Amino acid sequence: MPFSLLKFGLNKDYPFEQSPDLPQPSALKPTYDVVIIGGGGHGVATAYYLAKHHGITNVAVLEKAYLGGGNTARNTAVIRSNYLTPQGVRFYTESVRLFERLSNEFDFNIMYSQRGQLTLAHTDATVRAFRQRAEVNKHFGGRTELIDPVDISELVPTLNLSPAGLPVLAGLWHQDGATARHDAVAWGYAKGATQRGVELHQLTEVTGIEVEAGRVTGVQTNRGRVSAGCVVQAVAGHSAALAQLAGFQMPIVAYPLQAMVTQPVKPFLNPLVSSSALHCYVQQTSRGEIVFGGGSDPYPLYGTRSTLDLKESLMASAVEMFPFMSEMRLMRQWAGITDMTSDYSPIMGLSPIENYYVDAGWGTWGFKATPISGVTMAQLIASGGKVPELIAPFSLDRFDAFRQVNEMGATAASH
Amino acid sequence: MKILSCPLNGPRNIAEFIYGGQVKEMPDPAQATDKQWAHYVFYEHSHIGVVREWWMHAPSSYWFIAERHNQSDEVLRTYDPSELFGEGGPPLSMSELKPDSPEVS
Repeated sequence: MPFSLLKFGLNKDYPFEQSPDLPQPSALKPTYDVVIIGGGGHGVATAYYLAKHHGITNVAVLEKAYLGGGNTARNTAVIRSNYLTPQGVRFYTESVRLFERLSNEFDFNIMYSQRGQLTLAHTDATVRAFRQRAEVNKHFGGRTELIDPVDISELVPTLNLSPAGLPVLAGLWHQDGATARHDAVAWGYAKGATQRGVELHQLTEVTGIEVEAGRVTGVQTNRGRVSAGCVVQAVAGHSAALAQLAGFQMPIVAYPLQAMVTQPVKPFLNPLVSSSALHCYVQQTSRGEIVFGGGSDPYPLYGTRSTLDLKESLMASAVEMFPFMSEMRLMRQWAGITDMTSDYSPIMGLSPIENYYVDAGWGTWGFKATPISGVTMAQLIASGGKVPELIAPFSLDRFDAFRQVNEMGATAASH
Repeated sequence: MKILSCPLNGPRNIAEFIYGGQVKEMPDPAQATDKQWAHYVFYEHSHIGVVREWWMHAPSSYWFIAERHNQSDEVLRTYDPSELFGEGGPPLSMSELKPDSPEVS
């Protein structure tokens, strides 16, 4: 043991107090150029790119609880771009590219690990849909192909090739699929943003949005009022409720999504594996724990309570895929509130209120989009409301025009 | 296990029920603009509080209405749809259902 560690053991001061990663809490300033509501991955990423790419640093990120404590901490940390629509694939492919170099950019390890993601098809219809997804992905520069059960058993020898009596016919093998430590992504962005002058205010809840003549002028918080040049909302599960506070509606329904994690074991599972029919996705973290999640709850709720029904079905599906998991112990189980849109694509860009921008509708697919959402939302803000081409298909008014971007098949069953 | 009280079958395990969306007033399909129709199809009341919803008891295919708090998950009341819509007659006025109805122009 190095003697320097012993020195810290005898010292009454914690060694890193001198140079903390995040600045100490400060008072709210009366006015900011940009107020970002929501201190999750998307909120702090937007602040980071505003400061880094556009030199806008008079920015406050307001978080009602603590940094990255909402869905950033609750997702199952899957990074992939093998979606179905050209609009979706183009967007998520860019996000995967940004993730690849994030640790270097932050000088902070986000434990990014590109191990590939495998989705299993159990019906001919799914195989056809997978062929289409593979071709769309390849067209936009992703690495995705269809593989047969022999290849699958080579990739994942421990997988049951007939889970719940549903034979695996083929797999969508997405080499770009990856995982990362989700908390670290939020921490890295927050550190980078605050070092550049952005203020992160935790335990600061927005209680009202001030709109004058169709234009946002400020927000009220539990710590007082602040004026804002523009406001961005990035609040995941509470997106529709917050929009209502601002005075408009969003076509979002909040559903809980439950997931769980086992005790850590020796590495046995390299790729991230999901089954399209069992609605179950399984991966082993770098720490050895098995994280698995399933479908959303059967009815909407603004709550994160767990239910026995979902626990049972989720564990049953995981055990069908990897039968030896029946021997393992669960360590934790939790839920997050997902803001689901009817087409399983996000809602990004302008809102009916001038200078009020939305980054919402992230349902069960928000973590993987964290970097690209930050980049594009920062572009939108810096340009004063000129919507970047990459996010134009995800506008709020697409629903009024029946121009949905349907990612249901590529999202709902496999994350 | 969560219990939902069915007006026809009494208290049952909630797994026996299927959620059918919020009770919304349907605009006249012949008269509605595309935007009004889109709002009817895609938008729901998103406030945190009590919502009025359609539920079905699957084994008996019986549809009813539940008033539920969408944060505490507490079901305040369940009743037969006739209470809201009348016995086979035209729907009663549902204006009181729309505390947060979006402005549709």
